[in-house]
Amino acid sequence: MNTHAAAVEHGEHHGPERGFMRWIRTTNHKDIGTLYLIFSGVMFVIGGMFAVVIRAELLEPGMQIVDPYFFNEMTTMHGLVMIFGVIMPAFVGLANWMVPIMVGAPDMALPRLNNFSFWLLPFAFLLLLSTFFMPGGAPASGWTMYAPLVEQTGMAFPFMVFAIHLAGISSVMGAINIIATILNMRTPSMRLMKMPLFIWSWLITAFLLIAVMPVLAGAVTMLLMDKYFGTSFFNAAGGGDPVLYQHVFWFFGHPEVYIMILPAFGIISEIVPTFARKPLFGYASMVYALASIAFLSFIVWAHHMFTVGMPLSAELFFMFATMLIAVPTGVKVFNWVATMWRGSMTFETPMLFAIAFIVLFSIGGFSGVMLAIVPADFQYQDTYFVVAHFHYVLVTGSLFAIIAAIYYWLPKWTGHMYNEFWGKVHFWTSLVTVNILYFPMHFLGLAGMPRRTADYALQFTDMNQLVSVGAFTFGASQLIFLGVIIACVRGGKKATAQVWDGAKGLEWTLESPAPYHSFEVAPEVE
Amino acid sequence: MSIKRALAAASAAGLALTAGGAYAADSLYNLPQGVTPVSHWVYDLHMRTFWFMVGIAVVVFGAMLISIIFHRKSRGAVAANFHENIWIEMAWTAAPFIILIALAVPAVSVLVKMEDYSKADMSIKVTGYQWMWNYDYVDNGISFYSKLAEDTNTARQLDSKVSPFSVPHYLRDVDHPLVVPTGEKIRLLITSGDVIHSWWVPDFGGKTDAIPGYVNQMWIKVEKPGTYRGQCAELCGRDHAFMPIVVVAKTPEDFRKWVKAEGGHLKAGPQSGAATMNRVRKPAPNAAQPKPPTKPPVEGSGTTL
Repeated sequence: MNTHAAAVEHGEHHGPERGFMRWIRTTNHKDIGTLYLIFSGVMFVIGGMFAVVIRAELLEPGMQIVDPYFFNEMTTMHGLVMIFGVIMPAFVGLANWMVPIMVGAPDMALPRLNNFSFWLLPFAFLLLLSTFFMPGGAPASGWTMYAPLVEQTGMAFPFMVFAIHLAGISSVMGAINIIATILNMRTPSMRLMKMPLFIWSWLITAFLLIAVMPVLAGAVTMLLMDKYFGTSFFNAAGGGDPVLYQHVFWFFGHPEVYIMILPAFGIISEIVPTFARKPLFGYASMVYALASIAFLSFIVWAHHMFTVGMPLSAELFFMFATMLIAVPTGVKVFNWVATMWRGSMTFETPMLFAIAFIVLFSIGGFSGVMLAIVPADFQYQDTYFVVAHFHYVLVTGSLFAIIAAIYYWLPKWTGHMYNEFWGKVHFWTSLVTVNILYFPMHFLGLAGMPRRTADYALQFTDMNQLVSVGAFTFGASQLIFLGVIIACVRGGKKATAQVWDGAKGLEWTLESPAPYHSFEVAPEVE
Repeated sequence: MSIKRALAAASAAGLALTAGGAYAADSLYNLPQGVTPVSHWVYDLHMRTFWFMVGIAVVVFGAMLISIIFHRKSRGAVAANFHENIWIEMAWTAAPFIILIALAVPAVSVLVKMEDYSKADMSIKVTGYQWMWNYDYVDNGISFYSKLAEDTNTARQLDSKVSPFSVPHYLRDVDHPLVVPTGEKIRLLITSGDVIHSWWVPDFGGKTDAIPGYVNQMWIKVEKPGTYRGQCAELCGRDHAFMPIVVVAKTPEDFRKWVKAEGGHLKAGPQSGAATMNRVRKPAPNAAQPKPPTKPPVEGSGTTL
């Protein structure tokens, strides 16, 4: 794309507000993007500490450190924090930073709403985390909050529901903002089928968010009604149906899974062509694949609950629909490999994380196909095999894509190159430790260890110790990442506007760091 | 096995399971082949799918590896400029379809056989409670609770000072195991008295959720006598990790002796109970709530009704 960088000389006349209030009152998409990313980082530390407690308790059979109930609080809060507090806000933060400057817009379409979307989140999570200090402790029924177990939660229950409402409102408003920005604020010369893949992936994700966050809100509200207002939506004794909860929850939950991976697909589709110095292979099929994955995500929800005793016909339908997802997902992986093929590749840190993403996400995809086979799922369901599966797609998938994106765009944000040596150290330590952490979980699950258990039978000891060692070292290696980011913010080699010599797109026509106000005049795209 | 050996095993496994680990009967790395027809079918499906996935991985990752090795700038590779090819794209959209059909066909046939609960020789009602199981032999008039064995229960307390390694079958032992005859098709009617549980013995090939208000079914036909261990598989509260399942399979003669010793009665004719029960359709969302235990079951009581 050829552009003329007319935007740069504007923007100096009105810089950021001075002092702390800048961050409270800001309506600037770059500031809000930064806030989202910082929030996500803080939550990552908290959710990571919950994981450390889990893995410390599971280092040996028997109960050594915590009560089993507190262990359940840890697994529950780990899930809620990592999903709603880390992965989702990180992607929204990336969208805030990058969507306007990738589509040539001066800012997000609804800047005040944007500020509100962000500032709901810290309060939502303060509420959620405050439940640790309430009578009865934090929620302990798993992040899925299955009825009727969840109704045994103590004082924490309404706070958890309200926190989820707040986080959901934040997500929906963020999604509306992103759609409005992409559709209305895009530079007029950028046709839809010329948009960068990251923009396409977020456009589709935003529609998924608007479609399903209200469903989650409905599900938790019904729980609230059952517990405090005498209804019996999910209470069998009152004529209700506990399985209904699972249907409603997973009708939200499965699209939610793709909300957490589609933007990752977009990121990888930006990074691979840059470092292969070759255009993305199959652009159109990438867009269609994203759209078909999004559509399929609405008709596969019951594969999370094959063991609840569905009729044979339902089991068959959800098995076939689930297996179909492998087709567009496969197309995406093939396209990335074809993009690399006969390229002229270099392997800077973003590219390393992107390649690791493709391989490790595919492993998560393979176990996903295995899980779709209903009779085999009767064995896999609720074991560590499932835990391995979704951590391969969420950690080495979504999280690795987020890390790759941060390395990729950090020079654009800060104006400095990060330290490549330490970036590579971070990559290799993460790659090795993350596999020590999650690969043995496949074996544990197959050999019969159920998930969400505070203790285990003796034959699982060795593998659990291996997993715990992997967990501690993977957690520790993220400190390198933190160090690299802080060093890059404070200084380092000056970054050029282009940053990467294969990079294409509007964001690379802006100087580094990107000026506070950019693209006040709509740029031309070829 | 030490951590070192586990590490070696895991790394040797790499992308593919090592042959030795994959096929051992009671593997620490793979699904058990089990002792019921269902568990064999499931194991075969599992291995079939697994090898398909390994095959795909070899092709895709192989292409990536070749590209990473040869198409790098440091080797002087110059980027080509192709960015689409309709025939290749159609081919690799169609290929997964064919692979998926090859995977789905045997899965469907197994699933249909698994869901055939007819012609059961006997039925046992299994009810999950926080945190124990109730087994009700509907044809024999025997009912009892089954919960974590006392030695494990002592050892698993937070400051017990008892090493789990000193307890035989730590966490996988109960006070009263479920006893079943070998060679007979047994239908388990699974429900719950409080929250959702899941009844799972890996050697029997799968799990079925125990849900209040529902009566779910699964059937087992144990091929050889022995003791088979599992545990609750659905998060059910504080002691979810501590509600194991132990099934002792006895020959039909030994089973009949056990029924007599427990004070139960042998059913009049084959299928008397099962024939009527076959009319039960699942799910039955409005089925009567299973009664919670009127009093906490006392250790060592509750063998007969």
